[in-house]
Amino acid sequence: MTAALTIDGLNVRFRLRDATVHAVTDLSLTLHRGELLAVVGESGCGKSVLAHAVLDLLPANAATTGTVQFGAGSRPVRELRGRHIGLIPQSPATALTPVRTGRSLLAETLRVHGRATTDADTVAAEAGLDPADLDRYPFQLSGGMAQRLATALAIAPDPAVLLADEPTAGLDRPLVDHTLDLLRRRCAAGTAVMLITHDLTAAQRVADTVAVMYASRIVEHRPADEFFTAPHHPYAAALLDSLPDRAFQPIPGHPPMLTDLPAGCAFAPRCPHASPDCAAQPAISDGAACHHPLSVVGAP
Amino acid sequence: MNGLAAHEVTVAYGRQTVLDRASIHIGPGETVGLRGPSGCGKSTLVRVLALLHRPDDGHVSIDGNPVTGARYRVAAAVRTRIGVLFQSPRSAADPRLSLADIIAEPLRATKAERIQDRVVELAYTAGLTTDLLRRQPHAVSDGQLQRACLARALAHRPDYLLCDEATTMLDASTQAHVAAVITDHQHRHGTGVLLITHDPALMHRWAHRVIDWPPDQAAPATAVEHADHH
Ligand SMILES: Nc1ncnc2c1ncn2[C@@H]1O[C@H](COP(=O)(O)OP(=O)(O)OP(=O)(O)O)[C@@H](O)[C@H]1O
Ligand code: SF4
Ligand SMILES: [Mg+2]
Repeated sequence: MTAALTIDGLNVRFRLRDATVHAVTDLSLTLHRGELLAVVGESGCGKSVLAHAVLDLLPANAATTGTVQFGAGSRPVRELRGRHIGLIPQSPATALTPVRTGRSLLAETLRVHGRATTDADTVAAEAGLDPADLDRYPFQLSGGMAQRLATALAIAPDPAVLLADEPTAGLDRPLVDHTLDLLRRRCAAGTAVMLITHDLTAAQRVADTVAVMYASRIVEHRPADEFFTAPHHPYAAALLDSLPDRAFQPIPGHPPMLTDLPAGCAFAPRCPHASPDCAAQPAISDGAACHHPLSVVGAP
Repeated sequence: MNGLAAHEVTVAYGRQTVLDRASIHIGPGETVGLRGPSGCGKSTLVRVLALLHRPDDGHVSIDGNPVTGARYRVAAAVRTRIGVLFQSPRSAADPRLSLADIIAEPLRATKAERIQDRVVELAYTAGLTTDLLRRQPHAVSDGQLQRACLARALAHRPDYLLCDEATTMLDASTQAHVAAVITDHQHRHGTGVLLITHDPALMHRWAHRVIDWPPDQAAPATAVEHADHH
């Protein structure tokens, strides 16, 4: 397997007037060609910041350490954005240039990347957008149409690595499936896809691997089928249990404050398995960062 | 009749008719689910019911009283009886305000020294930690901003709350939390809730009855078993 994206020891801190936000901590992962990795986790845990850090698109108050490498090369991400690595941003409706039609945005993207502007209709259709809707201005697009336009813009240059941040949010089931099939087809052609999503059903359907984030860290990273059958990390298990077709109960307690994280496991205040050991940061082993992983002999 | 209702409303954008003599009724204390394909006019219906868009024909009524006009032509006392949560909180929140100020927007009538406490209380209910309150929207995640919008919506103590794909940007646990908060508010204030979602499991668990949209092509409304979070 060839690595398409290697992240090693990534940390992202935001400096605020009176606090520091720990948005990504000690994060390492490798994404291979043809792999679809689903990144899931609590709202606010650092998923979008991770995507922006990989693309070097963070705001000025961010400080980043660690390395991000694409393929075997060492070219800076600035030169690779678009052509080699694409982003479908979260909530694209507000990110689109308001004074230009979808067609004009898409044609420019195609031109810049050496493709015929006449491909616009084909690319739109691949993203599930009716080519006729390309002639609308962003304010005339429904949320779901804006979403599919953003997808079309990201896939137009045919990038080797695709970061998709909630690309199916607000779409109806047939369009969700259309988008998931598109991502899968890209993988079959060798693209490496990082799918950030709250839709665990979608993740289960298409992902090869799953990374669960909690409070800025990856707490579990395993093959998707194994993960969905038996999660090891108590947070991951609690997340799956809170689905509306399961208990539909929120995880007790409060989300952690990323400005004031404990030295040990950040899930401890909400964890039914916490013990004094958990005051020390657990290292990741067998795909989970936990002192008392579930589904292991002897554990509850 | 008590409730929030649209009566035979028609809305066209240019030559495209999005709503054609559409009617719907949301009674006090009930949760009405609305489902249908992307782009079928559900969000337009929400904007009409929220008095943000004036229909070309037909009208909206609250507790039997017809409302005329839309936006600022409607008295604030009427408008604020209806809360809305949109799918994307980014377009619904002023990017220059702090989260605390966004939540406090409806509290202008409250005594100044009470506002701070009320904001913290509402933020806590919506699942926001205090470190987020002084930040502006660009410095929080989409889901955190959505929870601020929920806190703001609850600050109004709306009689009707319209949720248009409002929990899609939340993880399953936060979604369950938000659903429980809204249901609790509903039980205490008799709020009528409109729930739009593409997630069949969420719809089944949360809505008391479900309407397929657009109504003319759809099967009659189906009742689902009562969902209770307590
Ligand atoms: N510019 C910024 N300055 C300070 N803090 C920030 C900034 N941008 C994001 N954050 C914080 O960093 C954390 C991670 O944010 P991020 O947007 O990555 O969350 P997320 O996992 O994508 O959440 P969601 O599921 O809600 O989209 C959040 O707690 C957020 O408040
Ligand atoms: S390390 Fe301890 S507190 Fe953290 S998830 Fe594991 S058991 Fe729970
Ligand atoms: Mg995000």
